Amino acid sequence: MNYLELLLSFFQIGLLSFGGGMAALPLISQQVVDKHGWLTMGEFTDLITISEMTPGPIGINSSTFVGIRVAGIPGAVVAMVGYVIPAIVLVTLLARLYEKYRDMTYIQGTLRGLRPAIVALIAAAGVNILILALTGEGGAAFNFIGLGLFAAAFVVLRRWKPNPIYVMLGCGVLGGLLYPFTGGV
Amino acid sequence: MKEKNKYLTLFLSTMTLSAFTFGGGYVIVSLMKRKFVDELHWLEEDEMLDMTAIAQSCPGAVAVNAAILVGHRVAGFLGTLVSIIGTIIPPFVIIGIISFCYDAFRSNQIVAAVLKGMESGIAAVIADVTVNLAGSAWRESGAGAVVIMVLAFCASWFFDVNVLWIILTCGLYGFGRTWLTQRKGKGGTA
Repeated sequence: MNYLELLLSFFQIGLLSFGGGMAALPLISQQVVDKHGWLTMGEFTDLITISEMTPGPIGINSSTFVGIRVAGIPGAVVAMVGYVIPAIVLVTLLARLYEKYRDMTYIQGTLRGLRPAIVALIAAAGVNILILALTGEGGAAFNFIGLGLFAAAFVVLRRWKPNPIYVMLGCGVLGGLLYPFTGGV
Repeated sequence: MKEKNKYLTLFLSTMTLSAFTFGGGYVIVSLMKRKFVDELHWLEEDEMLDMTAIAQSCPGAVAVNAAILVGHRVAGFLGTLVSIIGTIIPPFVIIGIISFCYDAFRSNQIVAAVLKGMESGIAAVIADVTVNLAGSAWRESGAGAVVIMVLAFCASWFFDVNVLWIILTCGLYGFGRTWLTQRKGKGGTA
């Protein structure tokens, strides 16, 4: 039963995450956190952090991580298969169509309508993560360290455009130094 | 090139590319160009550009989609499977190892504090990505983009509308609008 649910969930994620990279975020959070409760919001955020710091797409990383948690290595394989099947079918299909017609007007038009929606959905998923960073699992008290780190990291990213890995590592180090003294964790 | 060698080269190239690509699909596409166009001469440069456009237009990870296309072009369906497996193995192994250590790690006080700090970092990264993407959506579609963004955000955040419906609705809207402009364009010239 778990296998079937994993397969179907990651099939949906693979089928609907248009726009690469972070576009999978809202879908994964909906399926994995809200619908099935396979991960808590905190674990999901850890997963995104890990994904950003290791090679490999978020979709693949999440199917591995979630699959293993729910049903071990076979679970990860099942989730992965669910995730890549839509890509195999659609990519091959689109490649055929493209060879035949050499015209992407409709696909690009469709994506043009989709792109703003994807931005909004990523933003909505991001707001949930921000709330978690500023409070804690289960609505703990507001923490100002979290807010300070967020603001500093955001300014650094906008201003100097460094590799996000360094920004996250920096926040991690500062968090490791500051939180233990405030009992914020 | 010998058949067997072709599959092995495809497998090893996609695996190496995937193992060393930090920073998402757009990075891997340029590395693929270097490998398959400049080094192995399996593809023309134009072909690679078309493949990039297709890989980005389909749902799923851009790296996986590009691997599917390259594999298919070089060695048919078996090539697709070989290059997908090559692309998947590195993240699978890395995340697999991390997930087995994760629970032990997570309960450590210091690690928990570090991860708590990183929550703020990842929230900032997502905010940064959102601002960049919103900017390009605005440049591409103007006020229409803003309307869709506001509506989609409200639907998802305030009203808990399933992501599936939001994506389908906006995709249909984009398709319908293209259809109307295409028809108008043809009507104008007739």
